[in-house]
Amino acid sequence: MLTYSLLAGLLFGLYFTLIGLGLNLVFGVMRIVNLAHGDFLMLGAFLAFWLSTLFAINPVPAVVIAFVGFVIVGWPLYYLLVPRLLRAKDPEMLSFILFFGLSQVIEAGTTIAFGTSERSIPGNQLGQAIATVESLFAGHPVESGPVDLFGQTFPASWVVSGIASGAAVLLVYVYLYRTRLGYLTRAVMDNREEAVAAGIDVHRVSAAAFGVGLGLAAVAGVFAPFMLGSITPAIGAEVTITAFAVIVIGSLGNPLGTVLGGVIYGVSYMLMQSYYSAWANILPDVLLIAILLVRPSGLLGRQVRRA
Amino acid sequence: MPRIARDLSLILLPVVAAFAILPSLYSNHLLLFNFIIFITLAQGLNIIYGFTGYLPFGYVGFFGAGAYGFSLMVIHLQSPPLVALAVGAAAAVTLAVLLTPLFRLSGAYFSIANLAAALTVLQVVSNPNLEDITKGPYGITLSGVFNPALSYGTALAILAATLALVIYLRHSHFGMALRAIREDPISAGMAGINVVRERIIAWLLSALVAGLAGGVFAWYVSVFYPETVFSVEFTIFSIVFVLFGGSATVVGPILGVIVLYGIYNAVGISTPQYFQLIYGALIMGLVLFLPNGLASLLQRWGIHVP
Repeated sequence: MLTYSLLAGLLFGLYFTLIGLGLNLVFGVMRIVNLAHGDFLMLGAFLAFWLSTLFAINPVPAVVIAFVGFVIVGWPLYYLLVPRLLRAKDPEMLSFILFFGLSQVIEAGTTIAFGTSERSIPGNQLGQAIATVESLFAGHPVESGPVDLFGQTFPASWVVSGIASGAAVLLVYVYLYRTRLGYLTRAVMDNREEAVAAGIDVHRVSAAAFGVGLGLAAVAGVFAPFMLGSITPAIGAEVTITAFAVIVIGSLGNPLGTVLGGVIYGVSYMLMQSYYSAWANILPDVLLIAILLVRPSGLLGRQVRRA
Repeated sequence: MPRIARDLSLILLPVVAAFAILPSLYSNHLLLFNFIIFITLAQGLNIIYGFTGYLPFGYVGFFGAGAYGFSLMVIHLQSPPLVALAVGAAAAVTLAVLLTPLFRLSGAYFSIANLAAALTVLQVVSNPNLEDITKGPYGITLSGVFNPALSYGTALAILAATLALVIYLRHSHFGMALRAIREDPISAGMAGINVVRERIIAWLLSALVAGLAGGVFAWYVSVFYPETVFSVEFTIFSIVFVLFGGSATVVGPILGVIVLYGIYNAVGISTPQYFQLIYGALIMGLVLFLPNGLASLLQRWGIHVP
């Protein structure tokens, strides 16, 4: 039971990391709070649903489509909203409200277009993906089904989502620490004014980060039907709050701190579900407050800023 | 204090008089009552957000605490409504005292931690394990004290007191100190303002207003679920109303409630999605083009806004 909770917590933790990552990237680079993050995730989930039902596209390739599509959407959206916002007196607080408005628009638009009924993708579609990979290695077809990890059995969809989330986190690491654009992005995160003074095209860098942030939300959305249950246009707000808890635990503005936040969140959530399920829902909130009171800028807050 | 007297007679008196007369002209009393609640909440939020710059996303937690403080007193101790109302307000203020450590946080951290706190209170109150005490998720029924006329009058009195408080803040030394802290806490501290104390007083006053509003809301509607009185929508609506009208003013939040909540009731009930769409777009437009609310527009035209 303990091993099961820890492993399931780790899988969910990786997924929660993916949920928070895009939000944290946007906050880190632009110091604005994308309260519509969960709604972009919801749109990604709907995209995966339609790709799956209309064109029979498996969720795994849908990840690529969702990411590219949302980066392309995010780029102009940045230029439409953010430069004007950053000229205001208190952009951080105003961004809360601006993106709350955007989240309302997205939720309402989706409701008008698709209605409020719940939608889901059969979980075995992800299982098929893992079976395909296994059969490539084994050289013969493998039945899709639950996956064994360290003697515990998990739904294949959890394992695939966890692995995909881990891969996405690695790619963000590569983007931030191994590419020139990432180098510039970190410069902007560190000090926006000095980045401007050093001749960096801050808006181009920020637009890229904004696009990647939305893309990551959409990728998380593709797995949402398997990890969060059925999807409706209204799930956005709750997801945003979860994403917030994750990144605040890790520390705002530090994308890699998100991993720590996500894993802590996931493991503690699963432990509570197993041992004390009546009060499981209270845990994330209490954890968030407790960590903030002990370390007001998140677990990794200060060390990173000094580095 | 001529300016306080002027605002009391030109803003507080007409608003309160209008809500005192309207029930005899207009039959939907619940709607009028909701207007009173929202003006009170918007002004309560204005005290903390407008005057100190802290945006509590969990402001509804105090409203809910007030509603449950009221209800539990009535259910378990059969106390008279006004006593229960005082206990509800005390519950909200106690919660605010417990949450004062949150002021160590700033900006987004404060907002989110406060939201988490409100959700925690909701989870505790609606937990099925506590059904004997709080009725858990099954909701509260207070038919014994149901008294629409008296509770409406009490709500109106709370509104009047809240407006008077905001008018006082707008023109007093204390309100000026709060705004100085909002602009620059370090300079304010060097000018001899006790930053921590003044901020916490504003916080407790703000919670008191929400607690009273929650208590009287519970009394008036008398049947509700935990999700009703802890709905984040109360916070969101209040923030939008304050922002639309103009924070740190007296008339701004009133204007915000009358215009936006008016529109909401005109079109929102029949076609909620379209309303949500318009509402969201309106909020975005406001932030982008009029970040300081309607009041700033008037000020730009040279009109003084109290």
